[in-house]
Parts: sequence; structure tokens; C-alpha cells
Amino acid sequence: MPLLEATDVHGGYGGMNILNGVNISIEKDEIGVIIGPNGAGKSTMLKAIFGMLNVTQGDIVLRGQSIKNTLPSKLVQQGMGFVPQEKNIFPSLTVQENLEMGAYIHPARVPAMLEQVYEFFPPLKEKRRQQAGELSGGQRQMVAMGRALMVEPSLLLLDEPTAGLSPLYMNEIFNRVKEINKAGVGVLMVEQNAKQALAIADKGFVLAAGQNRYTDTGEALLNDPEVAKSFLGG
Amino acid sequence: MNEFIFFINNVVISGAVAGSIYALGAIGITLIFSIMRFAHFAHADMMTFGAFMVFIFTAMFPGSGAALGIPTPILMLPIAMAITAVLAIGLDNAFYKPLRDKGVKPIVLVIASLGVTLMLQGIIRMFAGTSSRSLYIGERKEIYRLEVPMEGITRPIVITDPQIWLIIFAIVAVVALHFFLTRSRLGKAMRAMSDNPDLAEVSGINTRAVVMVTWVIAGALAAVAGTMLAMDVALQPQLSFFILLPIFAATIVGGVGQPYGAIAGGYLVGFVETLSVFNWSILLRPLQPMLPEALEVPRNLALVGTEYKIVVPFFILVVVLIWRPTGIFKGKVI
Amino acid sequence: MLANAPILNRLPVRETIVAGIVVVAIIGVIMAQGMTFGVRMMVEATCYAILALGFTIQWGYAGQLNAGVLGFLALGGYAAMAFSVPMNAAFWNTDLPQQLGWAIVRAVFYILIIIGVSQIHRLGVPKKVRTWATIIVAFILYMMMKSHFVPIASAIEREAQFIGGLGMHPLVGWLVGGLLAGVAGYFIGRICLGLRSDYLVIATLGIAEIIKAVMVNEEWLTRGTLTVSPIPWPVPGPGDIGFLAARSLYLTLTALVVLAIFLLLQRAYKAPWGRMIRSIRDNEISAAAMGKDINKRRLEIFVFGCILMGIGGAALTNFTSIFNAQGYLPLNHTFLILVMAILGGPGNNLGTILGAFLVYVIWVMSEPVALYVMQVVIYLGDMWFAWEPPGNIASRALQSRVFIIGLLITLILRFAPQGLMPEKVKHDT
Ligand SMILES: Nc1ncnc2c1ncn2[C@@H]1O[C@H](COP(=O)(O)OP(=O)(O)O)[C@@H](O)[C@H]1O
Ligand SMILES: [Mg+2]
Repeated sequence: MPLLEATDVHGGYGGMNILNGVNISIEKDEIGVIIGPNGAGKSTMLKAIFGMLNVTQGDIVLRGQSIKNTLPSKLVQQGMGFVPQEKNIFPSLTVQENLEMGAYIHPARVPAMLEQVYEFFPPLKEKRRQQAGELSGGQRQMVAMGRALMVEPSLLLLDEPTAGLSPLYMNEIFNRVKEINKAGVGVLMVEQNAKQALAIADKGFVLAAGQNRYTDTGEALLNDPEVAKSFLGG
Repeated sequence: MNEFIFFINNVVISGAVAGSIYALGAIGITLIFSIMRFAHFAHADMMTFGAFMVFIFTAMFPGSGAALGIPTPILMLPIAMAITAVLAIGLDNAFYKPLRDKGVKPIVLVIASLGVTLMLQGIIRMFAGTSSRSLYIGERKEIYRLEVPMEGITRPIVITDPQIWLIIFAIVAVVALHFFLTRSRLGKAMRAMSDNPDLAEVSGINTRAVVMVTWVIAGALAAVAGTMLAMDVALQPQLSFFILLPIFAATIVGGVGQPYGAIAGGYLVGFVETLSVFNWSILLRPLQPMLPEALEVPRNLALVGTEYKIVVPFFILVVVLIWRPTGIFKGKVI
Repeated sequence: MLANAPILNRLPVRETIVAGIVVVAIIGVIMAQGMTFGVRMMVEATCYAILALGFTIQWGYAGQLNAGVLGFLALGGYAAMAFSVPMNAAFWNTDLPQQLGWAIVRAVFYILIIIGVSQIHRLGVPKKVRTWATIIVAFILYMMMKSHFVPIASAIEREAQFIGGLGMHPLVGWLVGGLLAGVAGYFIGRICLGLRSDYLVIATLGIAEIIKAVMVNEEWLTRGTLTVSPIPWPVPGPGDIGFLAARSLYLTLTALVVLAIFLLLQRAYKAPWGRMIRSIRDNEISAAAMGKDINKRRLEIFVFGCILMGIGGAALTNFTSIFNAQGYLPLNHTFLILVMAILGGPGNNLGTILGAFLVYVIWVMSEPVALYVMQVVIYLGDMWFAWEPPGNIASRALQSRVFIIGLLITLILRFAPQGLMPEKVKHDT
């Protein structure tokens, strides 16, 4: 049974349809990567999975149960974590408070999870009393991911976690994602840095105009000349 | 040196009293704004409502505070705080939440709150009439005269019982609010929701609970502020339009959405108000002998007459809006 | 059914129904209370229609909520009084006018000095120094200005009560009233229109209270709580031709004003100016494409709305024939107008006029109805519980209207946010 299976998802904002039949499927312990041009509907698809917009057609199934149009707060309880593309931290809260908010529904687990997250992202431990808004871009991204990890999710949705980061931080983030995945968390992420992302991906999904153009393993997509020509910049 | 005592009585104490009332009101407005993103104009009437509840319970059990050695209105205040908090939640559910759920613009919520203002005023006036009433029923307002043991000082510092209570309540409220916002889970969630409501939702924060607790705090503090105002002066339903301007000025001066700013803004407006109506010639007159003949200290050196006190918060408001619309502290632009 | 009859869509069904209700309501009032009462009510309703039109273009066209209609209305009322009331010989025959004139000249001079000091940074003075210098100079000159005016004002109050009027035709006062309100609106608008929309609400609320405070307290100007009456009418008064005829003439005048404003607005609506306004409102054109002009247009609308409020306030005050600064109340002179406009449909001029009439009829009739209900309650209470009602029951019954207006506002927002006659969004394609 796949961890997450979205079939033929349609949906959009207001009356406008952005998604015109997207299929996503990842197994437990896999990393799935969504790539595609700007405005393809990648972020929209993540939001659709996380119950943040109305899905009009198709179905989204988490561990055999439909989660179509389920409120985000419910999905957090079912073990999903979501890191939005932008505005993904609470800027005036301290780093530690940001993380605490991630485990809002499980207050008892906060101390243990804080330790784990600090282990994943050592810089955060140093800065735990600083306001998150004062951190650098890479550190903010760590706060954002750390916040989502605080509920011990079985599925983590990441929207462009490396956008705007220096190559150093980018590699750092990709390494963390691999580690998170090794710890048993399924990951579905949207990425602009398509080559590096596909390199660590078990599954890859190339979206264009709200539909799957290519769906395969990460490796196969990397080696597909068609994909390389149109979506990986040659 | 009696002039100095006069200054303490008329500026320091009066300013602290007005400032405490404004701060307690402004905290509520700023919290509501930071969570629900609209300016709650019915706040002053929630204050009046709280005072009115105290009035009713005091009238029902007059003199019952004597057993504990406190004024009866103070004894009834916790009940009024609870009722006002419930009223606040009720108002939200009945009038604001349906509009929020429809996704209306914030200004529509402002109009709704103006409607609620009138409804509250109507209810209070229907039951209490328009005349002003004293919260001291069969009791005396204690007035303390503190002699200052210093040469040349014959006048005492005068402070009344409700003024002392007010300042105590304000300090307790500010400290409690600080600990709530920085130490409790719900308080942190409140700050989180004020920072980024979408992310709060995504994090699984119970936003409905946050909204509820916001109304509870705003309502309870409004009841305190209204009761203190009514104890200090009198219970007057039509007072709310006058109190609205200073508390909004305090909110904006402090930076909308910032509880600590609201507290500072409240005291700032309170003190500027009392300093503006204070007759400075009283302080200058002792200097008269030192001045040349031609320079006579005028009899009235107050910046504005008391009848124009309302101009002061308006002036502060306008200056802040022109000079720094985000408030005088590091402001978050919402 | 209706959907199958396209012809019906073209007929102004809604408008006709609402207008019908209004006419029936007015006839009902006339039958119940008599003709003179009915005409009085209609005059006041037309005055309110002017006010509501001012409100609706601000709110409906530009999303500006003016919570201080009362202030602009009172400015109009003051002008109507000040221009039409006869000259006060007790004032003009003394040397007080001269003193007052000099004080004003001095004040102007001081203001020029302050403006001058505020510009010294052009001479190379650091900005910080300039700011403090301006504040200190302004403070000193303000205190001096006050010390000039206060003795003159009390002398006027002592010797002549107040400065009196100018004895001109009342219509001059109406126009100047509009102008005064427009100037006040200009300054408020300049400060607030670029900011969040709720700041305007607070600022207008404040300016209204301040205008009222000035009018109540500056007795030398307004006679304060002593009130000024009678204010001569722009048409022959009841003393000359009887109540009914005089009121009918007044009604003709105010109705013509409403008609003129209405036609002007309809024309402006179709003109390029109106198209631009609507596109600002509907956000059809991005702010960038419009450039900085948006704030200028918004200011124009705001000032225009305030001018209408000034004229409406002049007409209303003039009709009551008494200038009583304390009689300007937020409920009667701000919120009632708000209800009229949002019930009529924001930005819909015809709807607003009809809304003004409908709400005013309800308002006028709610007084006797509330009293009647109260009496029934007292009667039943007495019969069932031997309840002793409080003495001032009549005044309390009237307070229920405050509640009703508030409830009405929230109900309209919730269930008919577009009002009775939603403004049709036309797309020029
Ligand atoms: N909140 C929104 N409301 C309306 N349209 C939106 C919204 N967010 C995104 N869109 C539109 O949906 C389309 C897809 O956006 P998105 O999913 O963010 O693209 P991307 O693949 O770059 O993440 C774009 O055309 C965008 O303009
Ligand atoms: Mg995106």
C-alpha cells in the first residue's frame, strides 16, 4: 500500500482550475520530487494534498484512507507535516517557540522532539533564543523544516526548501532531507534545483500546466534526454 | 513646594489613572486586531458593559464587600469580568465570526462592530437610563491624604481608593499578560497566529481556541478598565465615544498588534492628556520674583482647556499617522 | 418563472418594488399623522438623502468609511446659521470686531512664522534642529495666540452673547457649509487615505467629536448651549404662508437639490471620471497602471462626499430652524445615515435615496411604536406581576431605537451585504 496516492486531482482557486489531473504516488520511506516550470501548479498540488484548496475531482489517499479536502489541522494529527514555499516561519517568535508551535497538538512530546530536531539542525540549538525573523535564509529554512518535523510526521511535504539558498546551504538541506528520509519519513518535495533533487529522489514527477508530463524514478528522469532538454536546462 | 504636590496630584496620579484605563482597553483592541485583523470599535462599550454588570451586582448585594474590607464593586469585578468575557465570545459568534467565515474585507467587520456598539449602548441605556450613576452604593469612596513630611509642604498627596485599585489591577494584568504570552502554550500560539495565521493553521494550532481566548482576555480587561473608570468618575453610557479615541490612539501609537506597545501607548496618551490640561502657571508662579517685571506669568498656561481634552488623543493620532503610521516602536505592518 | 421572462429582467423590478414600498409607507404616515407631519418628514428625509448620497459615494465608490458624518453635517449647520441669522448690533457696534480682526491677522502672521520656521532646513539647518525649532516656536506662538483670543472671546460673550450672523440669504450658508465640510474633509483625507481603511474611521470619528466640542464650547461663535434660533428659511416661512405651504416649498427646494445631485452623479458615473473611479473600486486596473493618481482620485471622492454632507447638514439644520450644537448626535447624524446607505446598496445612488426615505420613515415611526410597545409591557407587567415601572419609561423606550439601528446594521451586513438594490457592476468591454 503506497504511503500517499493522489489520482487524477483537479482543483484550483475560486472558479479557476489550476490542476487538471495530477497523479502522485510514493511508498513509505521514499522521496518523491515534483519539478516543472514556474506556474505549473506544483505548489498548488502540495496545497491540494494538505487540504488548503478545494479538490473538485480525483482522490487523495494516505495509507489507504481518503484525505481529500481534509482540514490541515486534521492532517497534522494524521502525521503529515507541511513546509510552505514562503512565509514558513513565525518571525517574531524565538527559534524554540517556532519549533514548539510545530508540536502544538502533542505538548507532552515537545522536550524529546526538540532534542531530536536540534540534533538534525545543530545551528538551531545555538540560536534557540533568537527571533526566527533575524536568522539567515538557510537557518530560517531549517526552522521551517524543524517545525514540521516536531510532530514526527510519517509524510513531509516540502515546497522548494532550497529556493534562494547558497550552494553550501543547498547541499546541507538536501543532505538533511536524505537523513530525514532515512529515519523513516516519507518526503514529497517540490524543487527548482531539479538535477540535485532528482538525484536523491526515488520517484520524480514532472508537472506542466497542471498535468503530469513524465512520471518515473528519479534516476530514469535524470537520464531521459527529453526531460533533460525541456526541464533540466539541457 | 505645595505646587509640586499639586503637580503630583494632577499630573502624575491622574496620568497614571487615565493611562492604566487606556492601556487596559488598548491591549484588548490590539490583541483582537492581531488575531482577527480588524479594528474593534465596540470595545469602549464592552468596557461600559462590564461596569454596568458591576453596578447591577453591587446594587443586588450592597455593602457585601465590607466583610472583606474592600469596596463592593471590587468584589463584584471578577463576576463582571467573566460575564463580559462570555459576552465577547457571544458577540463574536453572533456577529463577527459569520462575516469572517464569509471572507469579507476587514472594513466590513469594522461596520459590524459599529453596529454592535449601538446595540450594547441601546441595551445599557434601556436598563440603566442615560443618567450617570455611582458604583458606590451605600458606601463611601475612601480618599487617602498622604502628608509629605517636608518643610514648606502643607498639602497632602491625594489618592482615592479606586485609583489605587486601578493601578494595582493594571500592574497585575500587565504582568499576567506577559507571562501568558511568553510562557503558556496558548499564549505562544496567540503570538504565532498574530505573526502568520496560515502557518498557524498548517502547524495544527487550534485557531478557534486562540480566537476564544483573545476575546476572553479582551473582554475581561475591558470590564476592569470600564469598572475602574466608572468607580473613578461615574457610570455613563455615552462616555464610550470619548474613551474610544484615546484607546485607539494608544493602540496606534504603540503599533497595531503589539500588546506591549499598547501598554506604553496607553500611558503615553494618558500622561500627554493630563500634561496638556495641566495649568503650568502654577508651577511657574513661584519663579515670578526671579523674573523681570515685564514678564508676568499668565494666569492660565494650560495647553488646552479640559473641555478640549478630546483634541489631545486626536492630535497624537494625527501626528503618529503622518510621522510613523506603524507606531513609534518597531512596528509590524499589517 | 422570472428567468423564463427575459423582458422582466430589463424592467427595473427591484427599483419599482422598493419605490412602491417607500410610497406606501409615506402615505401610511400621512394618513396616521396628518399632512403637515408627513411633509415635515419628507423634507427631513430629502435632507438625509443628501447626506446619504455623500456617504454612499465615499463608501460605495472608494471604500472609505466615514464615521464622522456628524461633524461635516454640523459644519454645514453652522454655516447655514452663521450666514443667515441677522447681524448682531451689540457686537458690531463695539470695538470688538476690530479687536477680533486684529487677533485673526496676528494668528495668520503667527502661522506664517511657523511655516517659515518649518522650512529653515532649506537654509542648511539640520533637519533635527528644524523639527525642534518648529515645535518650540509653534508652541510659544500657540500659547500667545490663545492669550490674545481668550479675553476677546469672553468680552464678546459678556457684551454681545455671540458675534451673530451675516444676515445673508440662507442658501449662501448652504454653499459655504458644503465648502467648510469639504475643506475639513480635505485635511482628514490627506492624512488618512493612503493608510489602512480603519484609520479613516477613527480619524473621522475623532474629528466629529472635536467639531462638536468646538461648537458647544466656543460660545462667542455659536452661542453654545444657549442655541441660536430662529434661523430664517430660504423660502417663505410658516409665519408668512402657513405650515403646510411653507414646508411644501422647502420640500420642493430640497427635492430639487437631491435631483440635481443625483443627475450630476449619474452623469459623472458614465463619464471617464466615473469609469476610473469604478475601476479603482473594482480593482480592474492594477494600482501600478493607474500610477499615483489613485490617491488623488480617492481624495476627490472623499472631499466631494464631505461637501454633500455639509450641504445636507445645512439643509437639515436650517429646516429645524434652530442651531443647537448639542443636538448633533452620533446615532441620529452618523449611524442613521450609515444604515440608509448600506441598506440602499453601497454606491447605488437611486438605492441610497430610496434607502434614506425608507429608513427615515421607520426611524420616525419607531418613536410612537416604541412608546406603544413599552406601554403594553407596562400594562402587562402591572397586571401580571404588579410591577412598578421606573418613572422615565418614555425616554428609555426611545433608547431601544439605538439598539434597533445597531441590530439593523449587523443584519444587513450578514444577510444583504449588497443592500436592497445592489450596484450593478458594469463591465465596459
Ligand atoms: N492564491 C492564489 N489564488 C489564485 N491563483 C493562484 C494562487 N496561487 C497561485 N495561483 C496561480 O496558480 C498557478 C500555479 O501556481 P503555483 O502552484 O504556485 O505554481 P508553481 O508551480 O510555480 O508552484 C499560477 O498561475 C498562479 O498564478
Ligand atoms: Mg511554487
